Amino acid sequence: MNKKYQNKKITMAHGSGGKASSDLIKDIFVDTFNNDYLATMEDQARLDMPTGQLALTTDSFVVSPLFFKGGDIGKLAITGTVNDLAMSGAKPLYLTCGLILEEGLSIDILDKIIKSMQKTAIEAGVKVVCGDTKVVEKGSADKIFINTAGVGVIDKGVEIHAYKATVGDKIIVNGFIGDHGATIMQSRTELAISADIDSDCQVLNHLVQKMLSVSSNIHSLRDATRGGVATVLNEIASDSKVCISIKEDALPIRVPTRGVCEILGLDPLYLANEGTLVCVVAEQDADQVLTAMKCTKEGENACIIGEVTTGPEGIVALKTLFGGTKIIDKLIGDQLPRIC
Amino acid sequence: MKYVDEFRDPKQAKKILLEIDKLCTEIVLPEDRPIQIMEVCGGHTHSIFRYGLNQLLPKKLEFVHGPGCPVCVLPRSVVDNCIRIAENEDVIFTTFGDAMRVPGSEKSLLDLKADGRDIRMVYSPLDAMTIAQNNPDKRVVFFGLGFETTMPSTALSIMQAKKLGVDNFYLFCNHITIIPTIKAVLDSPGMRIDGFLGPGHVSLIIGTKPYHFIADEYQKPLVAAGFEPLDILQSVWMILKQLKNGEAKVENQYKRLVNDNGNASALSPIAEVFELREFFEWRGLGSINHSGVKINDKYRQYDAEAVFKLKEVTVTDPDVCQCGEVLKGVLKPWQCKVFGKECTPEIPLGALMVSTEGACSAHYSYGQNIDLINQKL
Repeated sequence: MNKKYQNKKITMAHGSGGKASSDLIKDIFVDTFNNDYLATMEDQARLDMPTGQLALTTDSFVVSPLFFKGGDIGKLAITGTVNDLAMSGAKPLYLTCGLILEEGLSIDILDKIIKSMQKTAIEAGVKVVCGDTKVVEKGSADKIFINTAGVGVIDKGVEIHAYKATVGDKIIVNGFIGDHGATIMQSRTELAISADIDSDCQVLNHLVQKMLSVSSNIHSLRDATRGGVATVLNEIASDSKVCISIKEDALPIRVPTRGVCEILGLDPLYLANEGTLVCVVAEQDADQVLTAMKCTKEGENACIIGEVTTGPEGIVALKTLFGGTKIIDKLIGDQLPRIC
Repeated sequence: MKYVDEFRDPKQAKKILLEIDKLCTEIVLPEDRPIQIMEVCGGHTHSIFRYGLNQLLPKKLEFVHGPGCPVCVLPRSVVDNCIRIAENEDVIFTTFGDAMRVPGSEKSLLDLKADGRDIRMVYSPLDAMTIAQNNPDKRVVFFGLGFETTMPSTALSIMQAKKLGVDNFYLFCNHITIIPTIKAVLDSPGMRIDGFLGPGHVSLIIGTKPYHFIADEYQKPLVAAGFEPLDILQSVWMILKQLKNGEAKVENQYKRLVNDNGNASALSPIAEVFELREFFEWRGLGSINHSGVKINDKYRQYDAEAVFKLKEVTVTDPDVCQCGEVLKGVLKPWQCKVFGKECTPEIPLGALMVSTEGACSAHYSYGQNIDLINQKL
């Protein structure tokens, strides 16, 4: 990082639109994101129109703490938007980056976050092509808020929707569930729990393209972020007007994540993930999709957790280890730790 | 997971379930009515639904969800008093997660937090005391609730505050005791519980001896039970065995943690800091004598009730609410007039819909349509 920013903090001047603003934009953002579109420093990026359907999405990131095991707010901001595009089958291309900075934020921390964003953007194969920075008075924000928007292109013939699940389809997840939520819980300073878990924060666009290369019968895809796998399954069951049945003994949950959930009385099915997708695929293609997923880093722990069945519409049912059934309902409010 | 998975073994569960089935056919009750076992503790209710145990047991056996969820039995007047305290500009109000959503007359603590008041969720009262140490210009209040399970840590935080001279830390004490509660259930008209699953966490503190009156005076079996599925199934089997043999004893299934005499190092801070209240109001059950505790004179300076001059107001539940009947096992959750209609987990009228451990909330989330789904799957 440029030496003039070492041990310096964000001041209102960095949001004033004057020299301090333009220096910060040039030195921290343009130099780090480093691409021809951004380098023009125009008020807009000018992009050629690709063929196929255009996918557009936006998301805001306000996580606390800013840095956690396996990721940080910058990595989240890129993965979140890239993954939202990828879940339509789109190839993500360009992202924007809007920042709200709290007066007093260390520029070292800002630089670290922006570098993490760029590293993740390179991994995903996307470019951050324009952005915006605002500085607000101390107390008006929590250190840094990031908004990212993204565009991508969906190839002709790719039709993936939450309403397309049909009876007989298999439900696949690409890996362990609940790790991000458990990591964030553990990172919060008030919790003295020690467990060896990293967030699953990762981009999924390459994995999705690999899946699409072996099957044209992927009906639904969702990344299971806030609300977790349970919420995604409920959305698909409701939109497709089907019943989804999952098996408790098929759910991939790491032992430390289970441990954190046991202690706090939480259900890993409702914990947030940042690199976990739920795929609904036609039965005849399920094995080849699973095999293709397992050949990738992002999908090496992929497994089938259930299927779409006849039954009451919009219901997600879980077969317990003991053969009982319980309904996995939509989450009401936030999961709150129980007293005992 | 060691010490957990051993108690979740489906093969073992099947064996016990067969034994339970057999015992159920051998027990004959008047008018061929079902055998009713009350799980006193909300933790047991949660486990029963979580593992679908209620569906695996014979139809002749019914679980009745008792008054052991501290959130469910919290009267609205107490939540109103929490709000009165938290509305003070110089107060940081702290409590456990699931107390945040309980509705008062007009709003919950979560609503008040959204209004901008400083309300924080903590995992231990000692964390609340640390917040007091770090904010000497604020008054930090911990809303203490729960049975004997959570009482020792609250008592220890008060003792620690005294030892360290932290004089801006206060406790709004709404801890409750289990024994008068079980007695109130046993004395209620129309009571037809055949046996009790004794609460595991509470028993860890108080031991099993305080339950002996249940067997001696009321001739009902009680088995102190752990929270894993095999714990619960084994405890049910132990109760059924007593019923078959015409016995009424207090037994301890949770021996790996529960000592018959209780835990002296947990009981001692309770005795040091608290004394019994003459009366304490329960949501849905009314006032039960000596069922709550308050801070004793020795630690009076930490008592939020005195410092904030709280009013003792009784706020009755809406007329349509039948939480009391459900808590006493007279009505099943779905037999309540407003269950699933005016009263849902999103907009709870009665407290049993608030906590995930509440009988109504558990039935609403896990119980509805279950027979239909089982037929189809």
